[in-house]
Order: sequence, then structure tokens, then C-alpha cells
Amino acid sequence: MIPAIQVDQVAKRYGSLQALAGVSLDIAQGEFFGLLGPNGAGKTTLINILAGLVIPSGGTARVMGFDVRERYREARRALGVVPQELVFDPFFTVRETLTIQSGYFGLAGNRGWIDEVMHHLDLTSKADTNMRALSGGMKRRVLVAQALVHKPPVIVLDEPTAGVDVELRQALWKFVRRLNLDGHTIVLTTHYLEEAEALCARIAMLKQGQIVALDTTQNLLRMHSGCYVVLRLDPNALPAALEPLVVERREDGACRLALKDYVEVESVMAQLRKAQVRVQEMEVMRPDLEEVFVQIMQKA
Amino acid sequence: MTGFYTLFYKEWLRFWKVSVQTVLAPVLTALLFLLVFSHSLRGHVEVFPGVGYASFLVPGLAMMSILQNAFANSSSSLMQSKMQGNMIFMLLAPLSHGEFFLAYLLAAMARGMVVGSGVFAGTLWFVDLPLAHPLWAFLFALFGSGIMGALGIIAGVQSEKVDQLAVFQNFIILPLTFLSGVFYSIQSLPPFWQWLSHLNPIFYMVDGFRYGFFGHADVPPLISLSIVALCFFALSWLTYWLIKTGYKLRY
Repeated sequence: MIPAIQVDQVAKRYGSLQALAGVSLDIAQGEFFGLLGPNGAGKTTLINILAGLVIPSGGTARVMGFDVRERYREARRALGVVPQELVFDPFFTVRETLTIQSGYFGLAGNRGWIDEVMHHLDLTSKADTNMRALSGGMKRRVLVAQALVHKPPVIVLDEPTAGVDVELRQALWKFVRRLNLDGHTIVLTTHYLEEAEALCARIAMLKQGQIVALDTTQNLLRMHSGCYVVLRLDPNALPAALEPLVVERREDGACRLALKDYVEVESVMAQLRKAQVRVQEMEVMRPDLEEVFVQIMQKA
Repeated sequence: MTGFYTLFYKEWLRFWKVSVQTVLAPVLTALLFLLVFSHSLRGHVEVFPGVGYASFLVPGLAMMSILQNAFANSSSSLMQSKMQGNMIFMLLAPLSHGEFFLAYLLAAMARGMVVGSGVFAGTLWFVDLPLAHPLWAFLFALFGSGIMGALGIIAGVQSEKVDQLAVFQNFIILPLTFLSGVFYSIQSLPPFWQWLSHLNPIFYMVDGFRYGFFGHADVPPLISLSIVALCFFALSWLTYWLIKTGYKLRY
């Protein structure tokens, strides 16, 4: 099967700044893929190259097998992009905006699908409201709807939940998950790593225009072999031998210890028994994507 | 075709929804020009034999309105879309370069024509205007608005800020239209200024357009039409090429 996205040695230079330095990446059809990295890592540049908004200095990029430069019309038809900035055309209502966007993609009489998209994004009551009169969250919903009017097989969401309230975030993820289950390929960039961990099956991490990690989310989490133990003790006196392991002391008296491996939990318990300290509460936590991300970025 | 039609329709709606500002205001401005100039110069100037100054002025003012509004439409639309960021919606779409160019061009021409028609409509009841060669008048209006629509696209694409567009408008378009013989025949100018006027393509648009009404022109209309058509096709090619390369649109 043709990959949904094929990026081969894509580079982009702005004067002396190397925004992308030869990135290669394949994303299979139907994947929920995360593109992570600090600000300026090149995530948006890569997305913009796929969308045809940025012309690469080198390499090739394909969407559903169509070269984004040579076969730009087919490539753009296959791609729906939710841009990062909250942009809108102040001349039009929500329905007009979606009908016009649909028309750009060659679709006349797309009312049924537009109504469905508006329904799923809770926009129906705002259909005839001018874009100017919408709140930020509502404008964000319209941006998502605009990216979906042509039912693209590949959907790219560039930080779609930045500055968005919990309700919309949850509604958005529910809808995007459904689209993914229906077979749409989803590419997501976000700074909320818990979102990426919960949603993305595979992740690429970028730093300074290069891919520094590319693996399934599970494998990336396994890379960090250690774990954390949160303890509340009685009396609240941690044995001196365990002090070097403390990474956090909480206001409620609990402390968090970083262990290199799960097997070390037993030795911690032994030390506590030896010091005759009673465990009031204990929680063993596996590292999350944020820890893995920080670790990878520090190493790279 | 749906993509082209949608973009054209969007551009049409964009000015039509605010037609008080984009149509009515320029018509009123042209009528005020007519009122002031025709009143103050009545009886002092007779450019063509048997043609009153007010009648002489109307086609010039109509052409000036067509040109300025065609330019304003494409340039301000592109400029605003770039500044507000909503240009991205057109750039993400699978519109061909030709569709993109033609939609902006034809919408600009349409606004020029609508405003030009408004000027004629506003003057009908107090200025007696012959129409000797309507097809000639139409052709010059068509090419003239096309040239300005294309120039507007170039200016809109080129400008990063509002003041850059203002420089284009105030220091190039406005002087060229005012010094093109809208208010006078270049026969009344000293030889140097006559020669200089011949370098101004807008002069040929106004002169040829006026020929359509009075059957008189400073330059044979076929020559004017050839020059205007040449300018139109050259500018159209340049504009299309800029769009194709993504100049200042795709980075």
C-alpha cells in the first residue's frame, strides 16, 4: 500500500537558518502519527512543505503517492490541514466559509457533509454567524471543519489544542479518533505530550531540523527503563540511604523517588523496613512521554 | 471549474457585501469630480468640436473609476488575505495557477465594470453622451480593467505591509491615471508633455475608450488597442508566472 506520507531527504534553508536538514519519514495509511519537538524544531516547516505552503530546498515529499510539487493538485486534494494560527475571513459566516472552502476543492453541493461536520464539531447553532463574532474556541472548530470539507484521506493537525478549553479538546479528540477509525491518516503536532501519548501510535521527534527519534509510542516509553515511586511515610523521615533518589518533595509531605529499574522497588522497601518507617501511601509510576522526550532532547 | 468559480464568487462577494464602500463611494467621487470640473470649466473648454466639457469628461472619469477600482480590488483583497492569514485557505486548495490568476483578475475587472457602469448611470440624467462605437468602448474597458486587475495582483502579492501597497497606489497608479488625459486632451499640452503622455499606457486606454463615445481620438484607436492589448497580455503573463513560482506567496 502506498504510504500516506513519504518524505525523502527534505531540506529547507532560510538564508543561514537550516530549518530542515534532510528529513526522511514514511507514514502508513491509517496511522495516528505524532510529530513532536521543541519550538523551532522544524515541525511546522515540514507540515507546510507537505501542504505546499513552503517550497523545499531539497528532497521530495509525497502525499498519497503524489509529489507535492509535480502533482500538487492531487496532493492537496488528499490533504486536510488545520493550521496553527487562528485565521479566518471576516467577510463570511461559518456556513459560507465552509461552502467556499468546499468549492475550492471542486466540490459543489457539499451541504450534507458540511452539515455533518458542523454537527460533530458543535457548530450547527453558529452556522449563520459571521466569523468575526465567534469566540477563539469556535474559530478553532471552524478551522478543523475547513480542513475536513473535502474528506481528505490524510489530516494534519498543527497544534490544534493550543489555547483551547478542556471541553473542545475532548470533543476534538473524540472526533479525530473517529476519523482515524474510519481510515483517515492523522498527523498531529502538539506540545501537550500526554495528548500525543494517549493518541499517537507512532511518534517522530525533531530537533534542529532533524529527526532524533522515530518509533512506536510504546517502544519510546520502553526506552526509559526506570520508574518513579511516590511515598508518604510515617514518621515522615526518609532513610539517608534513599535521599540521593529523591527527585521531588511535595507540599503534602510525600516524596518522589526515581529508580533505574522496577526491581529496585524491593530494595527501597527493605531500607524502609530496616529504618522502621511505615508506608502510609505508595504509588509506582512508569515514566511518561514527557520524560522520554526530555531525555531524548538532552541526548540529541 | 468549481474551484475557479468559487474563488471568483468569493472575490465578488467580498466587494459586493461592502458595496457602499467599494461601489457607491467611488461612483460618488467620480460624480463630484464631474460636478466641480464641469461647472468651473463650462464654456472655457471645448476639446472636441461640438462636444461639451461635461460630456467629454464623463468617459474619462468612468475609465478612471474602472481602472482604479479594478486595481484596488485585487490588490487590497490579496493584501488583506496575506495580512489576516486567511490566504492559507486558497493556498492549501488544489486550485491551478490559472484558476487562481483568472479568479482574481475577473473579479477585479467585474468591480471595475460595476463602478464604471455606476458612473454612467449617475451621469445619464444630466449629461448628454453619444455612443459612436460601443464595441470599441467595451474593448478598451475590458483591456483597461484587465491591466489594472493584473497590476493589482502583482502589487498585492508583492506588498508585505499596507504602506507598501499605498506607495504603489499613490505614487504609480494615481499619477498615471490623473496624467492620462482624463480631464483634458493631450493636444492641449506642450510638446514635451505630449511626448511623455505617449509613454503612459493609461493614456491609450482613456483615449481609446473616449473614441468609443465620440468617434474622435488623439491617437488612431487601432494603435491604442494594440498597445493596450499588448500591455494586458504581457502583464497577464508576468502575473501568472509570479503565481506559478509562488513568489511571496509560498516560501
